[in-house]
Amino acid sequence: MRDIFRTRRMWRPRGELKDRYDVVIVGGGSHGLATAYYLAKNHGITNVAVLEQSYIGSGAAGRNTTIVRSNYRTPEGARFYQRSVELYERLSRELDFNLLFSQQGHLTLAHSDRALITMTERAEVNQLLGIDSRVVGPPEVARLCPELDLSHDVTWPILGALYHPRGGIIRHDAVVWGLARGADRGGVEIHPYTEVTGIERSNGRVTGVRTTRGDIECDTIVSATAGWSTLVADLADVRLPITTHILQAFVTEPLKPFLDVIVVSSQMHVYVSQTDRGEILIGAEIEPYTTYRGTSTFPFLEYSARHVLELFPQLENVSVLRQWTGLCDLSPDYSPILGVTEVDGFVVSAGWGTYGFKAAPIVGTTLAELISTGRTPELIAPFTLERFYTDTLVSELAAAAVSH
Amino acid sequence: MSFLLSCPNCGPRDVNEFAYAGEVTSRPAERPSVRELATYVHFRRNVAGVQQEWWFHRFGCETWFRAERDTRTNAVLATEAAHAEPDGQAAPAEAAVPDVPAV
Ligand SMILES: Cc1cc2nc3c(=O)[nH]c(=O)nc-3n(C[C@H](O)[C@H](O)[C@H](O)COP(=O)(O)OP(=O)(O)OC[C@H]3O[C@@H](n4cnc5c(N)ncnc54)[C@H](O)[C@@H]3O)c2cc1C
Ligand SMILES: [Zn+2]
Repeated sequence: MRDIFRTRRMWRPRGELKDRYDVVIVGGGSHGLATAYYLAKNHGITNVAVLEQSYIGSGAAGRNTTIVRSNYRTPEGARFYQRSVELYERLSRELDFNLLFSQQGHLTLAHSDRALITMTERAEVNQLLGIDSRVVGPPEVARLCPELDLSHDVTWPILGALYHPRGGIIRHDAVVWGLARGADRGGVEIHPYTEVTGIERSNGRVTGVRTTRGDIECDTIVSATAGWSTLVADLADVRLPITTHILQAFVTEPLKPFLDVIVVSSQMHVYVSQTDRGEILIGAEIEPYTTYRGTSTFPFLEYSARHVLELFPQLENVSVLRQWTGLCDLSPDYSPILGVTEVDGFVVSAGWGTYGFKAAPIVGTTLAELISTGRTPELIAPFTLERFYTDTLVSELAAAAVSH
Repeated sequence: MSFLLSCPNCGPRDVNEFAYAGEVTSRPAERPSVRELATYVHFRRNVAGVQQEWWFHRFGCETWFRAERDTRTNAVLATEAAHAEPDGQAAPAEAAVPDVPAV
């Protein structure tokens, strides 16, 4: 009985930093922790430190709206995210920790013929890759989401939707804690409140990092710093084609379960889901100006609430409970930047914009493989930093601007 | 909290009246290599600190102007009307203006 009141730590507090690690991971978000976890689990590389400037999960990992899906527009993207969804499907069991992954289905609404045409194209790309994704008409939308206002006398009538049955939501904090616990059990050291302030190099390759808690030697540095990516890459004199913006979200007070599908309207720049706590979770697109200041704005709340009420008028008298923001690292083509850079041993996971949480497991497995074998896995080869210098982009604009 | 920007014509207004068109960049060399051109098109400094940037008063006088803003606080330190290509710095492309409300 007393046992249930005992506090259990998810990962061990560690003392001083060691003088040397094989791999230093900068950023204790979902990508940094997943990379650490798979380095230990899949490759037996355990002399690894995760350095986080604040608390674990303080960045976008603990602030996102948790949509996991793979119905992307490009074959490169869709294939990559599909592998991540498959890894997420097994992750609760693997980590022995309930991540509350609910594959309730994902509906992207079409309010115009043009939207229906692009969705049809997306569905075809998806189906060729074996991803369950199809365009459905209003009767099917009504069946999947009877709560939606499907009447015609609204600003943006619903003409159909792209339906992705395996899309879902997951408990983001649990993903972070589960991966951290798994990495810790594998032997990795997790150091919160440790900021990386410098990257040492010699002959074009990394030799160590400077931190607010002392200097460390290492062979490989992984920057998994999302909204802070350009600041950390600057320390290694690596340039990234990234700008940092805030993305905002808010939740209402908890309601009885009434919505069991994720609804996205790119036209109205909003998306809606209901969390396991019953809150209606509402998000939008990024603020257009670059910023590192994470303050919420009132126009976002007003604009998003108005549009959500057009979709779900029954939420009219529901109170807003909380509003927040997180930093996002936007790349020019809405695809990630993953893998090696021009500095040997400096590996990045960046350019995640508003859609990186769903990729954590596949980023972790592929970067761990890259570090262990020295070879870039085929799955992530299209996402090299080099593509921006050769102008061979992978444009996900159509599938990622509002649908995170 | 959103922030205020001071349009050189209209004075302080809510940021949502304006379109952001990115940090001020320098033009590449006369006959750039593909790499130089790609760097100019895609790569940004993205500083956490004071940066020079382009804005357009979209729901107002439709003037282009430059602002100096601290990206850590969003404090706007100065704004000035844009002159035609002052010191070789590129004017922003029209395409940089998003065609949807800025929220
Ligand atoms: C409101 C919102 C909604 C979103 N919705 C979705 C969604 O529905 N689906 C989806 O897939 N994605 C979504 N995203 C995007 C997703 O959250 C991010 O792309 C993803 O979390 C980024 O990877 P990460 O978890 O590793 O980043 P983060 O959690 O941001 O981790 C980066 C870490 O690096 C640390 N750091 C930075 N600099 C240093 C330094 N110098 N030294 C040490 N540590 C440092 C930071 O403190 C931070 O903890 C959303 C984002 C936001 C903000
Ligand atoms: Zn004006």
